[in-house]
Amino acid sequence: MKIYRIHALICAGAQCIAAGGNGFEEALKNELKKHNIEEEVSVVETGCMGACQLGPLLVVYPEGIMYTNVEAKDAKEIVEEHFLKGRPVKRLMWKKEGEEEFPELKDIPFFAKQTKIVLRNCGLINPEDINEYIARDGYKALAKAVAEMEPKDVIDVVKESGLRGRGGAGFPTGLKWSFAANQDSEEKYIICNADEGDPGAYMDRSILEGDPHSVIEGMMITGYAIGSSVGYIYVRAEYPLAVRRLKMAIKQAKQAGLLGKNIFGTNFSFDMVLMMGAGAFVCGEETALINSIEGKRGEPRKKPPFPAISGLFGKPTIINNVETLANLPVIVDKGAKFFKQFGTEKSPGTKVFALAGNVNISGLVEVPMGTSLRKIVFDIGGGIPEGHTFKGALTGGPSGGVIPMEFIDTPVDYESLPDLGTIMGSGGLIIMDERSCMVDVAKFFLKFTVDESCGKCVPCREGTRQMLKILERITLGRGREEDIDRLEKMGELIKLTALCGLGQTAPNPVLSTLKYFKEEYLAHIIDKKCPAGVCQFSALKEGRKKHEAKIAH
Amino acid sequence: MEKIKSIEELRKLREHARKSLQVRSGEAKVKIMVSMGTVGIAAGARDVLMAIISELEKRQFHDAQIVERGSLGLDNEEPVVAVERDNKTVFYGKVTAEMAREIVAQHVINGQIVSEWVIAKG
Repeated sequence: MKIYRIHALICAGAQCIAAGGNGFEEALKNELKKHNIEEEVSVVETGCMGACQLGPLLVVYPEGIMYTNVEAKDAKEIVEEHFLKGRPVKRLMWKKEGEEEFPELKDIPFFAKQTKIVLRNCGLINPEDINEYIARDGYKALAKAVAEMEPKDVIDVVKESGLRGRGGAGFPTGLKWSFAANQDSEEKYIICNADEGDPGAYMDRSILEGDPHSVIEGMMITGYAIGSSVGYIYVRAEYPLAVRRLKMAIKQAKQAGLLGKNIFGTNFSFDMVLMMGAGAFVCGEETALINSIEGKRGEPRKKPPFPAISGLFGKPTIINNVETLANLPVIVDKGAKFFKQFGTEKSPGTKVFALAGNVNISGLVEVPMGTSLRKIVFDIGGGIPEGHTFKGALTGGPSGGVIPMEFIDTPVDYESLPDLGTIMGSGGLIIMDERSCMVDVAKFFLKFTVDESCGKCVPCREGTRQMLKILERITLGRGREEDIDRLEKMGELIKLTALCGLGQTAPNPVLSTLKYFKEEYLAHIIDKKCPAGVCQFSALKEGRKKHEAKIAH
Repeated sequence: MEKIKSIEELRKLREHARKSLQVRSGEAKVKIMVSMGTVGIAAGARDVLMAIISELEKRQFHDAQIVERGSLGLDNEEPVVAVERDNKTVFYGKVTAEMAREIVAQHVINGQIVSEWVIAKG
């Protein structure tokens, strides 16, 4: 085995590649060649390290020094100074403004205050090399499950761990499995839901890009537990890098005999199919997703029957989210007790959030369930940009709602968020300061769901559209006083009557902003003013002119 | 890659693969520091460094961290190699590639200080 003096890990998540990571890697390799030290330095492309705003990132081991915002022109200095002379390039190192000392990787608050279970390998291993996954206890849990445990034991461990679905609804995973396990059917299916569609959310993509084998292993454990031998990964076609890495991981697992027939010499066999998403948000809804795999139009089905009883091709089917699956190897390997020491009693474990919006360090963070929003935004995210104040945080994307400043100390878990009128969701966390208009934010997300509504049921197809019209009217300064009451009534009605999760949660952004920022709505309607200065009422006249011209035409 | 047919084979592969990731843990039993200032490089520190890496590789010893650092000021003794093992640091002077291999074999791996080449204790 080859020994390298230095391991240079380059973040190769989609963000960092977009930020120019590719050019840097080439330049670095050229410099290594020029100085003839290719044999001493191992350059590894790794998954997302989380601090996306500062990307592309480079971490150099054994020192664990992190360089931020590296560019092709920096390669020469890094190689000549650091790799050759052992003098880290200070100007590129992670440093807060005004700070003199350079912290070690583990001491940087953004990393130090996180707890990594799901992202345990992201940014540390080469996702395109199965050996590096195996070195980090990869496939150990699968081996333990198939060789030492009965399927029922596996379900019991997951039940005991209290793991809940990370896709957003938070349904207990072990309980869901037991429904499918109890079905007497020759064929059963596992589906990995990787159709991540919330605006601003990219937790699942980062897991697939940074540690695809953990998801594959999680699916196989699920398969063993419920008695299924086929798994489908339904992944967004808009995630080309994740698709490429998944394909590569499946191929490597097959070559290693970890995927296929008679795994570890037992009777357990498992095969995997990679499906590209159909490009619609609603296909992330489990029954619409099933329709899409079957080749039908991506529209949700009525529940019950639930997929665990009758799902894909009418057979019992378990659909788990990427993050849920990535938790499983850890739970099976280390036990329920280990998992439960993180998080809260009813929401054990951790949650990955995509921190975005008006916050100093945006990126991917993993924290124990029940961590307060304040800690996530101010301790990990470095707070709000200088001179601005926190106004609210939106969780759950277009299905969620806003948490205002007064509730910033609320623990983020499956119990507390619904009390505030929002949901955990899949992990999108958008931070807003006083420059954001809440009516405009609600309009933005409602516009998204109107566009993405499949049109199958009336409340979602027509109801959300009418709500959007009212919001548009308000942001143009033509709101009426009764609009607020109307929005509330319609919102509540749509929540009760829509067919699937998309429609049932679509009014949430409107209802929650109405709950906490009613005076802002009133300012728009009565004073014809947008306190945040976002809505342009001058557009009113032009809009009317356009409208009249359209009618005349 | 060969198929993994049993849990035992997976375990063996894991042990093997783990070694290649050792560097990223930031911890190691032995730390080898090579002075790579201008003088050190001119005196042949690069050849010494390469010899150390190749000897570690030959003997498949992964529990060592190789650190390059600046000159200690002992220009007269360059290339200088320091080995930190069992909480003790020892400096070797005027190290050649052959000496470096010997130091790896005796001191780094087996803990036997090669006293005739030692110039100082840390």
